[in-house]
Amino acid sequence: MDFKFDIEGGNFSNAGTASSDVKKVLKKLNVDPKLIKRIVVSIYEAEVNVVAHAYEGEMNVSIFPDKIIVRIVDKGPGIADIELAMQKGYSTASPEVREMGFGAGMGLPNIKKNTNELNIKSTVGVGTEVELINYLN
Amino acid sequence: MKVSDIVEALSLKVCSGEQGLNNEIEGGYTSDLLSDVMGNADSNQVWVTLQTHKNIMAIASLKELAAVILVKGYEPEADAADQSNKEGIPILSSEEEAFELTGKLYKLIGD
Ligand SMILES: Nc1ncnc2c1ncn2[C@@H]1O[C@H](COP(=O)(O)OP(=O)(O)OP(=O)(O)O)[C@@H](O)[C@H]1O
Ligand SMILES: [Mg+2]
Repeated sequence: MDFKFDIEGGNFSNAGTASSDVKKVLKKLNVDPKLIKRIVVSIYEAEVNVVAHAYEGEMNVSIFPDKIIVRIVDKGPGIADIELAMQKGYSTASPEVREMGFGAGMGLPNIKKNTNELNIKSTVGVGTEVELINYLN
Repeated sequence: MKVSDIVEALSLKVCSGEQGLNNEIEGGYTSDLLSDVMGNADSNQVWVTLQTHKNIMAIASLKELAAVILVKGYEPEADAADQSNKEGIPILSSEEEAFELTGKLYKLIGD
């Protein structure tokens, strides 16, 4: 089963909408509530990263009998050094974004902690693809 | 303990989301960093913060928090209050600073 949701870059007032839609779908499908909680943390962080750091994107959810794969793909500046970006506390967020309480550099570490498998592919000047895989033991 | 119990005990102002005053509270979390709350708060907690914009409600809803408490007399922005009404997750406001309020909450909820 596949679902797709759009993410608007730069628009903080709608940040979290795609994640909220995905959460509703997972609830309807009776996915284990503990797993939903973990997935919600990681997809929200990935969604906000599109809003904060990219221009536009989409969230693709694929549900298999044994796993749930969420791919967040954006058009944006890309990430030059993924290893650096993964470090706790590293952030390039603007002062305005930090004032809102974003930009702690905790998003990617949150994703890592709450996901079985995290794959990030990025091309500078083109965009970023974040793939989250969670197994339904 | 219900949200209405802490409203009364701590003389909090109910800014929005009144239909959620019966939400059950199980602990709390105090932070102004949204990713910190996303990563570390748990469902049914009350969240103490000075952030007043709509994103606090996105987090409150995704994390299924019991209520959000704004410190130092802050009020929610209009779209945050709207979202709070839609979700039934109250936004409350306290005249106190985060340190004092969190201490009192800890005593109340811990007992
Ligand atoms: N989709 C993206 N496009 C471009 N850069 C990104 C993207 N996602 C993350 N980054 C880069 O990686 C850095 C670290 O991301 P991370 O989510 O950990 O922290 P943050 O978004 O800066 O702050 P927080 O998530 O705590 O609000 C970002 O500051 C940004 O430089
Ligand atoms: Mg982030």
